Amino acid sequence: MTDLADRQKLSYIAAQAADARLNVELETEGMTLNIGPQHPATHGTLRIIVRLDGEQVVWAEPSAGYMHRGYEKLTEVRTFPQVTALVNRIDWLGSFANEVPFILAAEQLMDIEAPPRAQWIRTILFELSRIANVSLFLGDLGVQLGAVTPVFMAFRDREYVLNLIESATGGRFHPNFDRIGGLKDDLPAGWIAETKQVMKKLRNFCDEIENLLFGNEIFQSRLRGIGVIPADVAKQYGLSGANLRASGVDWDLRRDQKLPLAYDKVDWKVWTHPDGDSFARCWIRLQETREATHIVDQLLDGIPSGPIMAKVPRIIKVPEGEAWVSTENPLGEMGYYVVSKGDLGPFRVKIRSASFNNISIVPWVLRGVYVPDVISILASLYFILGDIDR
Amino acid sequence: MGLVDKGRLPKPLTTLFNMGRSYSLWVYQWGLACCAIEMGAAFGSPRYDVMRLGVIPLPASPRQADLVVISGTVTDKMAPSIKRLYEQMPEPKYVISMGSCANCGGPYWDSYSVTKGIDQIIPVDVYVPGCPPRPEALLEGVVLLQQRIKNEDMGARWRGEGTKAIVREPIVVGGGPVE
Repeated sequence: MTDLADRQKLSYIAAQAADARLNVELETEGMTLNIGPQHPATHGTLRIIVRLDGEQVVWAEPSAGYMHRGYEKLTEVRTFPQVTALVNRIDWLGSFANEVPFILAAEQLMDIEAPPRAQWIRTILFELSRIANVSLFLGDLGVQLGAVTPVFMAFRDREYVLNLIESATGGRFHPNFDRIGGLKDDLPAGWIAETKQVMKKLRNFCDEIENLLFGNEIFQSRLRGIGVIPADVAKQYGLSGANLRASGVDWDLRRDQKLPLAYDKVDWKVWTHPDGDSFARCWIRLQETREATHIVDQLLDGIPSGPIMAKVPRIIKVPEGEAWVSTENPLGEMGYYVVSKGDLGPFRVKIRSASFNNISIVPWVLRGVYVPDVISILASLYFILGDIDR
Repeated sequence: MGLVDKGRLPKPLTTLFNMGRSYSLWVYQWGLACCAIEMGAAFGSPRYDVMRLGVIPLPASPRQADLVVISGTVTDKMAPSIKRLYEQMPEPKYVISMGSCANCGGPYWDSYSVTKGIDQIIPVDVYVPGCPPRPEALLEGVVLLQQRIKNEDMGARWRGEGTKAIVREPIVVGGGPVE
């Protein structure tokens, strides 16, 4: 394959040869180790079967499906407004972000556009769910490397964001706030000032995590140079989101795509990292959380006034057609291919979720690494099981 | 503990034992889906702080646990693992079913791959409704379970009349008074 694959392969063969010379009499056998389906490093119920030679992984295979809930089939028997309640639960940490691409696809089919105020609030909630999602990742990362403190900090500061989402939408975890043509409600009084306070707290949290975790020598030695994914391999496997940007590919759908969201109204930056190792992936997520707080801050300053709902018929029938909309979700590119036959519900929905493609690289990236690095690589790849299995 | 095995236990001793048991519940966290995060918030976050209730959320294995919280969507592929987990736990054991999915299938009630309620495979003591329930609701479930443990007849449980003596109306959080 690539240079790196060859190098991994060569080092593996060399290690095998050295072992063979040493262990002429003490020949070791391979061992198959089963990680999961219930393991803290798997963010749910991913099962990974690894074949070991001593401490090195020879072969790894993720076995998904423990969380398969049959989304694509269920959407066929739900109406369009009901589907949004369902898709909240795909990537359960960034719930609101799941609704947006589906709603945008439906709006595209119906040829309506949400009013500017709704678009701005959508973008704000989108970024808030990104913060809620990734801040938990930053805490969880510590736990998986043996540091317990960050997760307490993450849960502490994540609560503030969840409270914000709850006070605006009524749902702490699964807002189900997006409607075709706009939003369910306007923002409550005092929400904007409160959000600004919370964004300050979240920036403090990012600084804390950066000092406590990312500056830590053990953390760096566990992650730097481990699980390197070069840019071309990342593209071949269809990685997206922070995993792709950590390999040095400057690609972000929020910027590269014209959608009725307010990202082009604010000044922000897409972070990339040239290394492509585990550390780069974690570092990118940290920077993105911080950037998201800045995006929210700027958006709060300029929310336009006006209605939050476009003119939409009471009973929503989406005209015949097909639409594909994908957005940059906390985990990567998430898209819906919606086929409508003019009924109350979609005829077929194909869900492209980020984690499914992100873990497809697991067999490649785990080959030749040591057992403790399996956990750190899986942690840095950051997947959510609902997002893999749907 | 000959008296205990025979199921004859003086009342003060039962009270003492039950109090001890109810305030040292080792909880095994079987987090599956969205509810796992709320369970994590209830058990692992400084805001909700479950340890003040006398619950220890971090046993190393189900073999050390008194209570298991099944939180999230149980699929047919996962169900055998849950059955096995329950069988590994030592008696007396309790189960909290957290969230609509674990209670009855929840939003996936018509899905082809979701087990509609874990009470089909293991007995459930407390149902916590919600999608997902707030961490406070889970804590409420734990507190109600502790109340039930305090009033339990330990002798009957240890004599192995288990299933007959224990199976009562399950507790539903928010579903009215208990006992």
